[in-house]
Parts: sequence; C-alpha cells; structure tokens
Amino acid sequence: MEITLTLNGKKIMDQIEPDLTLFDFLRDHNCYSVKCGCETTNCGLCTVFFDDTPVLSCSMLAARAAGHRITTLEGLQDEAKEFIGFIADQGADQCGFCNPGFVMNTIALLRENPDPTDDEIRQFLSGNLCRCSGYEGQLRGIRAFLESRRGK
Amino acid sequence: MITFQKYVKAADLEEAYSLNQTRKNRIVGGMLWLRLGNSSYNTVIDISDLGLDRIEEDEEQFRIGAMVTLRELETHKGLNDYTGSAICHAVKDIIGVQFRNMATLGGSIWGRFGYSDVLTVFMSLDTYVELYKGGIVSLAKFVKMKRDNDILTHIIVKKKPLKCVYDAVRIQRTDFPVLTCAVSEMDGEVRTVIGARPAKARLYTDEKGLLKEGLTEESIRAYAKELSSKVPTGSNTRGSAAYRSRLVIVLAERNLKKLGGLE
Repeated sequence: MEITLTLNGKKIMDQIEPDLTLFDFLRDHNCYSVKCGCETTNCGLCTVFFDDTPVLSCSMLAARAAGHRITTLEGLQDEAKEFIGFIADQGADQCGFCNPGFVMNTIALLRENPDPTDDEIRQFLSGNLCRCSGYEGQLRGIRAFLESRRGK
Repeated sequence: MITFQKYVKAADLEEAYSLNQTRKNRIVGGMLWLRLGNSSYNTVIDISDLGLDRIEEDEEQFRIGAMVTLRELETHKGLNDYTGSAICHAVKDIIGVQFRNMATLGGSIWGRFGYSDVLTVFMSLDTYVELYKGGIVSLAKFVKMKRDNDILTHIIVKKKPLKCVYDAVRIQRTDFPVLTCAVSEMDGEVRTVIGARPAKARLYTDEKGLLKEGLTEESIRAYAKELSSKVPTGSNTRGSAAYRSRLVIVLAERNLKKLGGLE
C-alpha cells in the first residue's frame, strides 16, 4: 500500500507492507536515533512525535501515520541541543542507548510543562527505562537545565 | 508479533462492522496489547478516523469515544473534577505517557482484561457501554457478556452525585497491578470494585448492610473483612491468592476511610 506522511518536515511517499510498524519505517528512512529496546511497549526507546504527541513507534502501524507529521530526534536537533549538554555534564548518558527516547520525551514534557517539579519529571519520564544510570543523573541534568533557563 | 495482509481505515461504522463479521479480520484500537500476541489476520480495521476520539460532556453525562486515549482521560478536567481525580489516579501509572497516548479507552474496556485499572475505576461509576448494533448496556452487564463481532463506540458515564476513590498496589510503579480497588458512593449506596484478582474486576455492594450506619473505623473494618471473604483471588507471578486476599482488606479499608473523610 502507498502512504504519504511528513517526516521531520519533509513530505515522504512510500510503498509499504500493511503490517509494517512505524519503527521499521523510520529506520528504513535513516532515522537511526529511533531504537528498539524491548518490543513490549515498556522502554520508551522508540519514542517519536505523532503530530506533537510522544508515542511508541514500535507499536504504531506506519499505515496509521499516513497523513500525519512524524518527528524524530533527527528533526529536533536545535531543541535538543539546548539541554543535552546538561545531561552529559551529569554523566547521565552512560551507554547512551536510551538517550534519544529520553530526550524526545523530555522535550515533550518541557513543551507541555515548562517548569516541572521533580515529581512531575519522574511521572512524565516513567515510561523511559535506563538500565545504566538509576535515573538520578537525568533528573539532575534536567534540574540544572531548568535552573540555567530560569537564570537567563 | 501480529501479521496481516490488508489494512483498512474504515470510512464509517457500517463499513467497520461489516468487515468485522469475518473471523480473520480484526478491529484495532491502540494496538498495544494486540501486537504482543502471535496472531495473523486477513484485514486489520482501523477506526481512528470515525470521530470516536472525543469526550462530550453535558449536564447529565459524559459520552467518551472508544478511541479516546488513557492520557486524555488522565488530563480531562471535567472527568477528574467529577470523580475526585479517581480516573487520573487509575491510569497515571500505566506504563508511561507515550503508552497512554496510544492506549484507548475502548480497547481497555473491550478487552475486559484481568489486570485492568481502567475497568476497575469505570465499574465503580454509573457506566454504560454503547455498542454499534447492541445498543447501550451497563458496564457491569457488558463485562459478563461474551466477546462478539459488535463494535464498542462509546462509554457513557451518568453524572450522579458521586464520591469516588481509587488505589492499586504495584510491585513497581508502571508495572501491572497486583490488585486494584475503587470505591464509590452513589444514591446512598457504597460500591466496591476489586480488579486484578488476577481476573476481571467485580463489583460488590454492601449486601449485609455493614456500612448502613455510616463509615466508621469499626464498620469499615468489618465490611473489608467480609469483602475479602467474598472476593475470589488467584495467584500469578505478581502475588499469591492469600496475599491478594489480604490486600483486599488493606485497599478497601484505605479507600473507604478516604471516602468517609477519615483519612
């Protein structure tokens, strides 16, 4: 079947198998920031924006994305650049595998709630698993970013 | 892994219903549970373009489309004002925001899952299920019905004066619940729903009148103990039947105390 969607601002038309997941579609279109960690909808590594809503691309059909805007980390470099340094400063990205999904969902959080509390951060990011860090580094990084932004 | 040969975005409910009459075709909601199985279908029927993604509210009821996501339930002011945030509490620990942006109310209710927070909280309200051909039936009746080829289009919650409290026990936040419990007071009647037993939720009323003199420490304790003796529980990897039976007492007491303003 043929689908058309907007991927990172560019209109794309492609022939796909009906049961192709959005995750596989995105990897086929060189969006390698999108990773598959669990395939059971638990880990958040495959997070992308469906229009402006964070979703799990491993569990969405590419066919359902037809006519919609899909954004991966490749399309959000400027927005991500703002705070990713704060995450690195805290040593929060150890193996780095969870980072793209984590960054995507943090961007979604900060768009929805520009000044979240620690509890709100934990709650929003609870669907992003990291097997290295224990999450404290990420929390410190986001906190440092928010403090820096308040100081500007 | 789910596989299928054809994907159809239904243009209207009649088309979706007609396609759904074939055993090898399947309607998909959020597709989160479905994709974890090992199933093969001829045609997958997508109902996401049928305007079933809205929450309508008037003075008498909420009418919630089957494709409304759990995240929309979690953040809907009207629903959470009405239920004292019980709906938000019931869904906020389901996996993560991304998951809840995809999982649909219709999928959760249609599945009648034995671990469902959603089914538990909605059973404690005056809730009805609207089926395309089957009309409107109470959620309590729907839960006992066999799955057929109809389409769940809406969930209706009647706005009766209500107090409602929800709680669940999880080994770890975002995991499946070990036990779920919702209590509500409507028309002077206390309703208790216990779910994740680990079978689908069941509704209990105060048949012996243990709470008729009001919610006090003593009456709540007696009611919770009596309730635990009635609720069938089972064992799985998350907990034993004995542990769940004990949790029935703990959660019922805790929620009823909150309901009565004792906590």
